[in-house]
Amino acid sequence: MVEFALPKNSKISGGKTWPKPAGATETREFRVYRWNPDDGKNPSVDTYYVDTHDCGPMVLDGLIWIKNHVDPTLTFRRSCREGVCGSCAMNIDGQNTLACTKSMHDVGAGGAVKVNPLPHQPVVKDLVPDLTNFYAQYASIEPWLKTTTPTPQKEWRQSHEDREKLDGLYECILCACCSTSCPSYWWNSERFLGPAALLQATRWVTDSRDEATGERLDNLEDPFRLYRCHTIMNCAKACPKGLNPSEAIAELKFKMVERQI
Amino acid sequence: MSGPSSMRTPLARVRNLGASHSGTSDFWRQRLTAVAMTLLIVPVVVVVIMLIGRNHAGAAQILGSIPIAIILLLFIIASTWHMKIGMQVVIEDYIHNEKLKIASVMANNFFCVAVAMASIYAILKLSSGV
Repeated sequence: MVEFALPKNSKISGGKTWPKPAGATETREFRVYRWNPDDGKNPSVDTYYVDTHDCGPMVLDGLIWIKNHVDPTLTFRRSCREGVCGSCAMNIDGQNTLACTKSMHDVGAGGAVKVNPLPHQPVVKDLVPDLTNFYAQYASIEPWLKTTTPTPQKEWRQSHEDREKLDGLYECILCACCSTSCPSYWWNSERFLGPAALLQATRWVTDSRDEATGERLDNLEDPFRLYRCHTIMNCAKACPKGLNPSEAIAELKFKMVERQI
Repeated sequence: MSGPSSMRTPLARVRNLGASHSGTSDFWRQRLTAVAMTLLIVPVVVVVIMLIGRNHAGAAQILGSIPIAIILLLFIIASTWHMKIGMQVVIEDYIHNEKLKIASVMANNFFCVAVAMASIYAILKLSSGV
């Protein structure tokens, strides 16, 4: 059954307010979700104050500043810090996005910057979600070129027009912002593949060089794997790369109908 | 589904029982019935307005018209079919207990067929002037 309340051990309680940095002329308040798997306590929200004159403009800069200057135990993923790797996806001010490309000035209307892990995923620690299921779903769509024709001496050829059909699909960085913003995915993440995996499925179904289009559609044709998408479009709103998984899924559904009638 | 403590690999859990190769028919029929209802709603509303305040004999006279009876029958078929598919989607979304889900889907089918049959019977009965 769908759960509308958090499990008892996930309810947020209390939290520590860390002192303002000494000598700082301008600070920004950060309220950050904390959970430690080792202490047996419920999650809490800690309050930090970031010296904005001493750190970069993005939310990730603020988190790194906290980790370096205030609390080294604060745990989060980050790598490229320029919106390419997708590691620092988190829920900032109620919206799933990348901390590295989200400016502090654009959130919280000057108030606190609220930072939580991606919703509805098991938490490993603090802002780090367990994305095992998400990655397995990506693997399940077999995201590689499948061909039966013997490999040509040079490359598999593709027209400019066919290549353009992959625009809006290939740019996905698998940050999981879309899937974890989708209510259908929250309720049925074991069976619904979610917007990210389905966008990637569309990428391979659309690829003119791929020879397994029918098999790919067979593998997706399922009331849960594909048809749990109810075009809620949270995915398109959340995507930090400006992609539209909802449109890609509609394309899949259209192809399903096209091959039947 | 296997819980997080299962020793199955994540990929095995995702693949689970495989794709059912179904769902497209329901998806298509839901759109088909939606378009049908959009086309039928205006004449149906007109007929309902015509029926307001009429007694049994008056209603039987209006429904005695073949086009009017057919419009109402088509609307009943489209709407109950749409209702059945839509409710099943809601059940599948929110009920995860397999037994309860199967029972709910079954009850939904029975209910929609019963509503459809009762409505069709009523229209045919009035239409034939009985």
